[in-house]
Amino acid sequence: MINTKKMSVPSLLFLLAAGTIIAAHFQLIDLYVQTVIMFIGVNIILSSSFNIINGYMGEFACGHAGFMAVGAYVTSVLNIMFFTNSKTFGQAIFAPELALYFFPVTMFIGGVAAAITGLLVAVPSFKTRDDYLAIITLAANFIIVSLFINMDVIGGARGFMGMKQIVFAMEDVAYIPWMLIWVFTFTYFTVFVIRRFVTSTYGKGIIAIHQDEIAAEIMSVNTNKMKLVAFMLSSGLAGLAGGLFAHILGYINPNSFGILKSTECLVMVYLGGMGSLSGSIIAAVIFTLLIEGLRFIIPAADTLLHLMPIIPDTFHLSQVLKWVIIPLILVILMQFRPEGLMGNRELSDFFPKLKKYYEFK
Amino acid sequence: MLDSIFQNLFNALQWGSFYSLIALGYTLVYGVLRLINFAHGDIFMVGAYIAFFLAMFFLQGDGGLSGPVILAMVIPLTMILTSVCGVALERIAYRPLRRKGANRLYVVITALMCGLILENGNLAFLGASRKSFPELIDKVVYNIGSISMTNLKIGVILSSILVYFVLNAIISKTRIGMAMRGISYDKFAIPLMGIPIDTIIMVTFILGSSLAGLAGILFAMSYPVLDPFMGALIGWKAFIAAVVGGIGDIKGAFVGGFLLGIVEILAMAIFPSTFRDLIAFSILMIILVIKPTGLFGIAKSTKI
Amino acid sequence: MSLLEIKSLTQQFGGLTAVSEFSTRFEGRELMGLIGPNGAGKTTVFNIVSGFYKPTKGKILFKGKQIDGLKPHRVTAMGIARTFQNIRLWHDMTLLDNILISQHYNLGYNLFDLFTRNRRYMENEKRMTSIAMELLEQLNLVQFKDEKPRNLPYGIQRKIEIARALSVKPDLLLLDEPAAGLNSSDVQDLIQLIRWIHNEFDIAIWMIEHQMAVVMSLCSWIQVIDFGKTIAEGTPDEIQNNPDVIKAYLGDDNI
Repeated sequence: MINTKKMSVPSLLFLLAAGTIIAAHFQLIDLYVQTVIMFIGVNIILSSSFNIINGYMGEFACGHAGFMAVGAYVTSVLNIMFFTNSKTFGQAIFAPELALYFFPVTMFIGGVAAAITGLLVAVPSFKTRDDYLAIITLAANFIIVSLFINMDVIGGARGFMGMKQIVFAMEDVAYIPWMLIWVFTFTYFTVFVIRRFVTSTYGKGIIAIHQDEIAAEIMSVNTNKMKLVAFMLSSGLAGLAGGLFAHILGYINPNSFGILKSTECLVMVYLGGMGSLSGSIIAAVIFTLLIEGLRFIIPAADTLLHLMPIIPDTFHLSQVLKWVIIPLILVILMQFRPEGLMGNRELSDFFPKLKKYYEFK
Repeated sequence: MLDSIFQNLFNALQWGSFYSLIALGYTLVYGVLRLINFAHGDIFMVGAYIAFFLAMFFLQGDGGLSGPVILAMVIPLTMILTSVCGVALERIAYRPLRRKGANRLYVVITALMCGLILENGNLAFLGASRKSFPELIDKVVYNIGSISMTNLKIGVILSSILVYFVLNAIISKTRIGMAMRGISYDKFAIPLMGIPIDTIIMVTFILGSSLAGLAGILFAMSYPVLDPFMGALIGWKAFIAAVVGGIGDIKGAFVGGFLLGIVEILAMAIFPSTFRDLIAFSILMIILVIKPTGLFGIAKSTKI
Repeated sequence: MSLLEIKSLTQQFGGLTAVSEFSTRFEGRELMGLIGPNGAGKTTVFNIVSGFYKPTKGKILFKGKQIDGLKPHRVTAMGIARTFQNIRLWHDMTLLDNILISQHYNLGYNLFDLFTRNRRYMENEKRMTSIAMELLEQLNLVQFKDEKPRNLPYGIQRKIEIARALSVKPDLLLLDEPAAGLNSSDVQDLIQLIRWIHNEFDIAIWMIEHQMAVVMSLCSWIQVIDFGKTIAEGTPDEIQNNPDVIKAYLGDDNI
């Protein structure tokens, strides 16, 4: 007998993903919408992986974008080096068609590289806690970005490009929206991995560290090892987000992985709620839609207000307002829900009836 | 060679002064509330803009006031107005959250968001064109050997040192200052001593923000181009300096700021300038790894 | 071979000697007490034994193996569990999770098993859950298994902390002021509980306690320390009549 409860979520997600991919393939949704959907995926990976540290483990790390950068650069450089002819790395080493099959491999290597970079903050976290650790993560973010700025081989501050060619190479094999497929796959993978981790007795060790580190250590939790695992898992998954991000845009620049990006990650985690996986996902969706939505709302509001005439002709509402409105919404939201949207609860805690229909483990 | 070292050191002291002034504000607030006030760097930016508008206002006035007179009026006014801004943030955004007993980190995120609002609000409403700060005092260059110093740079260094000593006196001699120090040890006992906790917090924000305002004027005079994001990076860096010194400790912030200035200038003197952040942050990180509570911070021992 | 042997343990913090030349020995499954005035260094002894501090001098042998300098989680895995004066439960997790996480010393699976949820993972999770449930049943805590400790009465929280310590199947249980903050009827229950645990689980228990009624009725051997030094040891009767002990507790004048 097929366990319907167990299969309900995966199959629903599968249908949703397949539907989107088919719609994209037959150009029922345009490229812009596809990009937004892909960014939602990337942001889900970022926020849920960051939640491991900032939510479940309760540390205040603030340099997530640094690890994303490592993943983005490593994956991109490997792909460009192996599968395209480029000025920097010369002739392709393998046939470009192989890019499709090796994409998960290079993504994985990027993730591993990011996880190893995670050691940069994981090892100090054994001794350092709280705001001092926050600084170490912040400094790590600055250091990683400035390392990439100083690597002229891969473009330095000008950035690194050519990843569209990889996407084209994949499309040469079969003309379907590959990136969309990869984003769905890796997003599902991330959420799946995190879910399995934090619901296991092993993974709950990090929640124990959050609530009382001394008790955790005395009750046989190897706190140093748990921190190592948590930081590496979190930064490794951020690396995956970076790899996807690079191939969606086709172009990366060290400065796009700076503090502002890390701030976005922080916002999503705390908006969703510390230690709530569904919160992270919901927050990532809302946040992305808000950013993209304001892109249209602001010019519309501008026209409207000029028609009304409420604001002077010389003044125009600019897109910059986006970064006033979003923080403002958050500030106001936090006044009403000072524990984030979901607190540390999951969707099924709010709607216990849902439990009848699914079991996601 | 020796001259260039001294010249660099002098420049480092000037840079360090800015970091120190801002770091002091971070540390004051942190010492009292255990809150990383991430908007503080942007309060510094607001200070610079307030100074700019005040200076322009006085310059365009009919009084025909001379530069130094205007400066003498701009400095206190800016400090007052900037602290109004700082206190307003505290009142509107942080205090209600604190009252609700929100997780400390939510207040930190709120501060981060307020910083973004200040930066981008400024950009959206004042426009992207950069403001250039008027020259209020004549530049005088002193040459000692081959080291050149300007009156402005000397003024910056001296004012930061003066501020430190004044602040130290306030913290260690006055009743409210002692309450500020005490509150980090015992949040519940201090209100019992007859000083309401909200007063202490307000004074803290007034002190911290006015220092940021002062740093804003001095910075605008030294580097007369203002832009909305000028406070972002310098704010982050000053915060790191405060932590490396040992956050919550006045001396730590002061020394940390100068340390960061020196490290940065030396890194630039030896390596290409793009390496500045890389080297400065690596050194700071190493310091923190070796001494996890900063140079002057005292480890809080957890009672088991 | 004795269960636990502590030889001339000394702990200095800066210039302060918190514990000096402390020695003791557990031959088998005794129930011993460690008493002394506030600040005498009792908890420091427990902290050293459980691995939080590395002693300045001295040696601790547990089942013949040296354990001083080991990390706390290693010490726990070897069979020494403890509780704290101020209850240190994971207050936002269910009671069952509180017990389950303490099985970290004996997970029986690795990260690969975890992510693939293979048979080894499933079997070990099932095993740990049944250990936890069995323990909760033994201690009559099953009805609270889905409650968060913070919502339970203080007396129950104390009991939960002891249950959590027992879940690592210790040979030696350190209880740091288990009766602190309990009212007199709770204290009677606690005495019963500790006696029952001592017999049922057949383990050695070493307790710090200020309430003499608890110590005197439970312990077969009591050590008294003051300012880090052992000033007396003996049976409850001997301790009660020892002039040094009375002096340490009441001061000179009161004799």
